[in-house]
Amino acid sequence: MSTYNVVVIGSGPGGYIAAIRCAQLGMKTAIIEKYDVLGGTCTNVGCIPSKALLDSSEHYHNAESAFADHGIAATGLSFDFGKMIARKNGVVKSNTDGIAYLMKKNKIDIYNGLGSFVTKNRIAVTNAKGEKQEIETEKVIIATGSKPTKLPFITIDKKRVITSTEALSLTEVPKHLVIIGGGVIGLELGSVYQRLGAKVTVIEFLDKIVATMDEDISKELLRILRKDGIEFLLSHKVTGAIVNGNEVTVSAENKKGEKVEVKGDYCLVAVGRVPYTAGLGLENAGLKADERGRVAVNDHLETSVPGIYAIGDVIRGAMLAHKAEEEGAFVAETMAGQKPHINYNMIPGVAYTWPEAASVGATEQDLKKDGVAYKSGKFPFRALGRARASGDLDGFVKVLASKETDEILGVHIVGARAADLIIEGVVAMEYRASAEDISRMSHPHPTYTEAFKEACLIATDNRALNM
Amino acid sequence: MTELKVPSVAESITEVTLSKYLVKDGDYVELDQPVCELETDKASQEIPATVAGVVKFVAKEGDDLKVGALICNIDETAAKPAGAKAEVKETKVEKKVEVSKPVETKPVEVKKEEVKQSYAANTPSPAAKKILDEGNVSAKDVKTTTGVSGRITKEDAINAVRAKASLPQKEAFSRNERVEKMSRLRKTVSERLVYSKNSTAMLTTFNEVDMTAINAIRAKYGDAFKKKYEVNLGMMSFFAKASCLALEKFPSVNAYIDEGNIVYHDYCDISIAVSTPKGLVVPVIRNAESLSIAGIEKKVKELAIKGRDGQLTMDEMTGGTFTISNGGVFGSLMSTPIINPPQSAILGMHKVQDRAMVIDGKVEVRPMMYLALSYDHRIIDGKESVSFLVAIKDFLENPHKMLLGADPVELLIEL
Repeated sequence: MSTYNVVVIGSGPGGYIAAIRCAQLGMKTAIIEKYDVLGGTCTNVGCIPSKALLDSSEHYHNAESAFADHGIAATGLSFDFGKMIARKNGVVKSNTDGIAYLMKKNKIDIYNGLGSFVTKNRIAVTNAKGEKQEIETEKVIIATGSKPTKLPFITIDKKRVITSTEALSLTEVPKHLVIIGGGVIGLELGSVYQRLGAKVTVIEFLDKIVATMDEDISKELLRILRKDGIEFLLSHKVTGAIVNGNEVTVSAENKKGEKVEVKGDYCLVAVGRVPYTAGLGLENAGLKADERGRVAVNDHLETSVPGIYAIGDVIRGAMLAHKAEEEGAFVAETMAGQKPHINYNMIPGVAYTWPEAASVGATEQDLKKDGVAYKSGKFPFRALGRARASGDLDGFVKVLASKETDEILGVHIVGARAADLIIEGVVAMEYRASAEDISRMSHPHPTYTEAFKEACLIATDNRALNM
Repeated sequence: MTELKVPSVAESITEVTLSKYLVKDGDYVELDQPVCELETDKASQEIPATVAGVVKFVAKEGDDLKVGALICNIDETAAKPAGAKAEVKETKVEKKVEVSKPVETKPVEVKKEEVKQSYAANTPSPAAKKILDEGNVSAKDVKTTTGVSGRITKEDAINAVRAKASLPQKEAFSRNERVEKMSRLRKTVSERLVYSKNSTAMLTTFNEVDMTAINAIRAKYGDAFKKKYEVNLGMMSFFAKASCLALEKFPSVNAYIDEGNIVYHDYCDISIAVSTPKGLVVPVIRNAESLSIAGIEKKVKELAIKGRDGQLTMDEMTGGTFTISNGGVFGSLMSTPIINPPQSAILGMHKVQDRAMVIDGKVEVRPMMYLALSYDHRIIDGKESVSFLVAIKDFLENPHKMLLGADPVELLIEL
């Protein structure tokens, strides 16, 4: 029987990063993956494939609606959806191959099969053929991730009523896609199909979309997506989804209690994700999941059983690939006797709609709730030369800073390239920069980053230079 | 006005050193707040305020004071200033930092200008925070910050951790001299050592012991012993036990001269030399002859911990009829220990080293230790001292003899 210092169960961004860091620190490491390919949800049915489709559909959308403005005539425009999906699959494959290469490079043993605790130090791996082998280990990192949440009153047949996983591998563009849930996943996939010509209706229980983000972001994104043609039914409570042939009827109740019916050919259920521990045999290690399916951990991300750690979607906190990655490295270093730290307040959140939305730190509603005296600087991209040149005029950068010290407390961006711009906010806040600090740093002209500087100028002293 | 005087610390102590004040002259102190620290021969002790009030120093730091001498006055009629408590606390912390440093050769730089602190002062960068956490240095304790507005850079963190590990950045060369007042303990040790040399007819005899048997016992039973008694099976217990048995055979080694008389002891109080951060102390294992091996090991551990923490009481350090000193822990191969007066002999243990020995005409590798016995020739004859050391060697090489004080078979056939 093979024995290891560490066995990582799950090869998503949390798991494979943890394995690499463990190997770097000299531990004999193995990684167990249920599926035939490494990479987990993020690489196979999440972040990466959705970005591939978002970019493909964005190109088409630009050719269709933005090229004319630039003086480009694109007549007889068409797209091959099958090729888009094939390209996406190619992108996924090169990423999963990349992870397999990294495992080999770091001398990490890969076990394909369902990992299950026999004891706290012994893991059984059962492959697709039902063959079982056992491995011994001193320590375990649970990185089994999450899966889409189901609604008790809706049957997901994976054909007409689908989750994000199926939505990334459809064989046709829906005519009318009904999306339950106005969160990041629903909006990203809604954007893909809306750009490719589908009618898209988003039904959201709350009175706003991307509910955890700053309200200004939520409002601006709603305005832009509505303008693009996505229909939103907010404050609607979905009560069922019935498939009849090629038609799905989604029923809901509005705020007044009136019944509303939306008919489409596909219904995407995107109401969040739940931690996944099925078949893991937690009880054999002396563990159990909490009422929300999570594995409880302490500040060192160690479970109640010493030597067993858990990271990523399967524990508390935001379900984000980069949060899981930080935790993977954190646990590896902790096991090696180092004292790493994670600043959970500094983990950015991103929605890859177009324009993109990104956020880090406190929202305005957080600061109000906590009674923090703050000031706000908001600068629209529309006022930037760069934005006018490219034609991406929507959105703004909003900087929230302490009224007392000018320290930046939160950064919220909606607009082109927000996903990449947000990192300036992360770096600034990790060093506890003041808004004025940023306004005194040279920002290249013309770039979108100037909006960050201008927002800081407004926050500091209301002295924007370009507005 | 209330006088704060040197209290009677212990029966045998008549003089103490005022090692440091814990408050500033003119500070307001609360009742029972420690005012100063006194150092005695063996330990240091904080002296609390007997009343609340404003302190007026009389004695200076470093003064030697007789028991009953005035340290300072406390004016209990003085009003308590607003915010006094916080201020006092701060002072105390400041003082501590100062004292923990070695004596400065240069005057400490005092920052005159009051710089307004940024909210971000002492904010460590992400990398700096990890380095500080791992070095157990709090960000607020980092003195030198070179980042913007007092932020701690990675380099600052590395330097702070290095400074804490007391790895001072050495100058290429130095011709500085430092003058430090001798501590009470050091002074006492020096006086007693010279006294011992001058007042006894001291000489040293040597032998060596083959540790094969003791090592075998420790290897075989070490784990079980540790499990049962929660203390390691060390070498000291065997040496103490062997010494007790040998002392019973040679009572003059366990005796001392008191003017015209010789005082013999029917018990063995074994003094054990222990190195502590403050210096050498010699706590006593009472009635060591009556203790089991585990009993001795436990006592040794207890005394060593107390010594390290400066918790040994006067009682635990006085008396003793014979001393064992183990220079081997520091690597000494051979030495001539000095008698701990009024005792008459001291056993020196040394480093165990594999050496080629001739056993039955063949060269064999054996774990050997040199033994030294320094003794007062006025009371112990050469024959006795040498025989005493041979007896110890014999017990250690044949541990079964320690059970009954002689070879069991010889006892059985009454040889």
